[in-house]
Amino acid sequence: MRNPLSDQVVALKPSGIRKFFDIVSEMKDAISLGVGEPDFDTPWHIRDEGIYALERGRTFYTSNAGLKELRQEICNYLKRKQGIQYEWDKEVVITVGGSEAIDIGLRAMINPGDEVIIPQPSYVSYEPCAILAGAKPVIINLKAENEFRLTAQELEEAITEKTKVLILPFPNNPTGAIMEQKDLEAIAEVIIRHDIFVMSDEIYSELTYKEKHVSIASLPGMQERTILINGFSKAYAMTGWRLGYACGPHAIIQQMTKIHQFAIMCAPTTSQYAAVEALKNGDGDVEEMKISYNQRRRFLMNAFQEMGLECFEPFGAFYVFPCIKEFGMTSEEFANAFLEAEKVAAVPGTAFGDSGEGYLRISYAYSLDTLREAMTRLNRFITGLRNEAKEA
Amino acid sequence: MREELLAVIEKNSRIDLKELAVILGVEEVDVVNELEAMEKEGIICGYHTLINWEKTSNEKVTALIEVRVTPQRGQGFDTVAERIYRYPEVRSVYLISGGFDLMVILEGKTLREVSSFVSDKLATLDPVLSTATHFILKKYKDHGTVFAQKTEDEREMITP
Repeated sequence: MRNPLSDQVVALKPSGIRKFFDIVSEMKDAISLGVGEPDFDTPWHIRDEGIYALERGRTFYTSNAGLKELRQEICNYLKRKQGIQYEWDKEVVITVGGSEAIDIGLRAMINPGDEVIIPQPSYVSYEPCAILAGAKPVIINLKAENEFRLTAQELEEAITEKTKVLILPFPNNPTGAIMEQKDLEAIAEVIIRHDIFVMSDEIYSELTYKEKHVSIASLPGMQERTILINGFSKAYAMTGWRLGYACGPHAIIQQMTKIHQFAIMCAPTTSQYAAVEALKNGDGDVEEMKISYNQRRRFLMNAFQEMGLECFEPFGAFYVFPCIKEFGMTSEEFANAFLEAEKVAAVPGTAFGDSGEGYLRISYAYSLDTLREAMTRLNRFITGLRNEAKEA
Repeated sequence: MREELLAVIEKNSRIDLKELAVILGVEEVDVVNELEAMEKEGIICGYHTLINWEKTSNEKVTALIEVRVTPQRGQGFDTVAERIYRYPEVRSVYLISGGFDLMVILEGKTLREVSSFVSDKLATLDPVLSTATHFILKKYKDHGTVFAQKTEDEREMITP
C-alpha cells in the first residue's frame, strides 16, 4: 500500500507539551500547575444566554463571518478598550477560537517561501501553522534580561527580504511578558520601514496587571498592516465554547473568511449568542477575575522571592516563568524530577520553544489554596536540591 | 485597597495577615491598620464562620418570618425593629420593601420553640399587625457558598 500520509505533516514536531501531558495523566493525585485556561466557570449570565439561545431554537448556521450583532459588539468593544475602529461588515471574522484565526490568517497571507517571524517562548501553534501555510518560520529567541519583550533590534536582525509577517504574542503565554506602548512604538517603526505585516495575538489582552493593554493596531500606520486576534476564552473563561475573532484590513479578512467558509462554515451559533452577552455585560466579571489573578500573581512572586528562586516579574496573562538554571538540569529534567518527588506538574519552558530552556511555566489559574500547597512542595524540592549540591 | 481587602476577607476571614498583605501588594502593617480602622468605623462587624449545621448532630431550625407592623410616629420602624432584634434567638432583621415590612430570621432548636416565639413574643408586640412564618427545609447555598456538593477541577491536567 502507498504511504497515506503527508510528508509535511509527519515531519511536524509534535507539541512538546504532549509528552509531559502523558506523564502527568498517569499520576492521578498530582497537583497540576500546567493548565493554560482559567479556573473560573463561565459567568452564569453568559452561560444562561447560551442556554436561552438553545431554548429559542437558535441552532442554525450563522453567516460565515459570524452573527452581525456579535461582530458589531466586537467593534464596540475594541473601540471602547483599545480605541481602534473597525467596520463590522468588512473587517471582522468570528472564528473557532483564536487558534483558527492564527491558522487561516497565515494561510491567507503566505506565499511559498515567505518568512514568518515568531518570537519564542510562545504558544505552541504558531510555528506548525506557519509551516502548514507554506512559510519558513524564523525564530527570535526572546531574552530574560529584556523581560521576554521583543526589542526593535532583535526584530531588525531577523528581517530579510522574504519576511512577510511578524507574529506578536503579547501578553505572552508562557512567560507572562507584556509589551507596553513604548516597546510597541519601537517595533512599529521597524515594521513600517520594512513593509511587513503583523499578526497580533492578543488573547490575554484583558489580563494585564500594570497599565491597560495597548494593541499595536492602535499605533499610527499600524491598523492597515495588523491582523488583531482575540477571543473569549481567557477574558471570560470560555475556553470550551471555542470562540475567537480576527480583525484587520478588509482584503485580508475577506480571504480569511473564504478559507473559514470552506473549512468551518461558521463558528458555533450557541457560543456566538453567549459571546454577545459577554461583551455587553461582562466587564465586571473580567475585572473580578483579574483581581483574583493579580492576587495569586503577587503570592507566587513573593513565594519565589522567599525561596530565592529567580523570576522576572511578569505583568500579563496568568503565568509566571521562574528560572531553574541554578540546579544544573534541563527544564524537562527538572519538571520530571519535581513531578516524581513532589507530585506537582509544571510545564518545562522548552515546550514553548528552545529559548524556554532553563525555565518552567507555572500557571496561576488555580486557587490560592492549591498554589500555597504547590509552593510549599516547590520550596521543599529546591531546598533538597541545594543541599545535595552543597554536599557534593 | 479597602474594597479589595474586604472582598478577600469576606470570603476568608482566617487568611494569614502576612499573606493578605502579599496578595494585595501592600505592607502588613498597612493591612493591620486598615482592619483596625474599619473595625472602629463599624464597617467590619465581626469575623464569623460559615457552618453547614445539617452535617452536625446539632439540630437547628431556621425560620423566615414576614412581619407587618405599624410604624411609630417620629421613629418609623426603628423602635419596633429594635424590640425584635434584642431577642438573642433572632439572627437577622431587615426592613423590606413590598408586601410586608420586616423580615426576621430566627433560629431555634425545634419547630415548637420557633412557633412559640412567634406566637408568644413576636405576634403580641403592639405594633405587630401580622406574621407569616416560613421554615427553611434545606440550605443549598449560603453567603455565596454552595453547600450541596464539592466541585472538582474537571480541566485537563496540562494544556498549552
